[in-house]
Amino acid sequence: MNTLRVLGGIVINSVERLGRASLFLYEVLLGSWGLIRRFTLVVQQVYAVGVLTLLIILVSGLFVGMVLGLQGYNTLVKFGSANSLGLLVALSLVRELGPVVTALLFAGRAGSALTAEIGLMKATEQIAGMEMMAVNPIQRIVAPRFLGGVIAMPLLAALFSAIGVLGGHLVGVGLLGVDAGAFWSQMQNGVDFRDDIMNGVIKSVVFGVVCTGIAVFEGYDAVPTSEGVASATNRTVVYSSLAVLGLDFILTALTLGEV
Amino acid sequence: MVGRKTMELWVGLFVAAGILALAMLAFKVGNLTTVDVVDGYRVTARFDNVGGLKVKAAVTMAGVRIGRVTGISFDDKTYQAQVTMDIDGRYKNIPKDSSANILTSGLLGDQYIGIEPGGEETYLKDGDTIIRTQSALVLEQLIGQVLFNKSTESQPPAK
Repeated sequence: MNTLRVLGGIVINSVERLGRASLFLYEVLLGSWGLIRRFTLVVQQVYAVGVLTLLIILVSGLFVGMVLGLQGYNTLVKFGSANSLGLLVALSLVRELGPVVTALLFAGRAGSALTAEIGLMKATEQIAGMEMMAVNPIQRIVAPRFLGGVIAMPLLAALFSAIGVLGGHLVGVGLLGVDAGAFWSQMQNGVDFRDDIMNGVIKSVVFGVVCTGIAVFEGYDAVPTSEGVASATNRTVVYSSLAVLGLDFILTALTLGEV
Repeated sequence: MVGRKTMELWVGLFVAAGILALAMLAFKVGNLTTVDVVDGYRVTARFDNVGGLKVKAAVTMAGVRIGRVTGISFDDKTYQAQVTMDIDGRYKNIPKDSSANILTSGLLGDQYIGIEPGGEETYLKDGDTIIRTQSALVLEQLIGQVLFNKSTESQPPAK
């Protein structure tokens, strides 16, 4: 009997949180509309969320591309098709690894920082103070962060993929001696703009909305104590990563149209 | 906290780099420059067997890509496959009696349509049908044929 009650409690709690999150997201979207006139707020957040994440994105993009080059070469050379290395590297980066790894890194680097920042604002009653001064905290605090994340994510993913391709080129052509012409021409023949690149861009936009959405909601919804902020930050990273990986499968299945 | 000017500069650099990366992906990695058929016209052709031909496969003439396959369907009156293709509007002077062949790039590569020009003075236009077609080479049938020929060859001639 008691277990049933606990189960019911869990379900009610999660549905309630989901409802709060939807309402919150709706308010954030409304708040974003008014931000067009005060774009400096968003620029600040693009700096905090995007530019400061740049280093980790570029370094991991480069190394992921280089590893793909090495691994792919060793597999392809067995089938005598090492010339397709460029295609392999570009397709895996543009379609999958670019958006997904960027989103995971983003959740760890920027999402957790967003949650902690907003959660601490709540814990130190800055948000309550704003409400007291008739400033809408969602519009002033949350919406710029949300928009900044949504703007930054596709750009970060594109940079990740681009530098990954360069990394693959570095290893494949520079180190392993794949022909540079074949590397690029096979890539250009095999990668379709609409099917592959736009697919990746759409994925990264969706991941941007989901990751920053989760981050700002967890921060805003955090229990205003140091423990509450800590567990909210934790939840941000876990939920964002799970959501990204799950959504990735759904989006891939939808765009490939084979399921 | 950095100054506002530096911050704006960094954000500007970041956005520009992101857009540049996207452009590089589109033009250098992808094939945005060659993919689209410009105000093309649609012609159809009927084949006895399309083999592994797929929608979006290339339509080529003299080895140069001039269009792509837009649809493959089965006609249950003639028991043939009906293939529609878009041909780039730049190439208007394809004779009406040209023949369409389904070819394979390499031994195991993708299948595509190759058009051999005919000799007529009238040209294909939107909605036309290519009459002369040659079906895909199905490897299994070929192997079967070779084996069949071998087995009939090796038997002693009947008297």
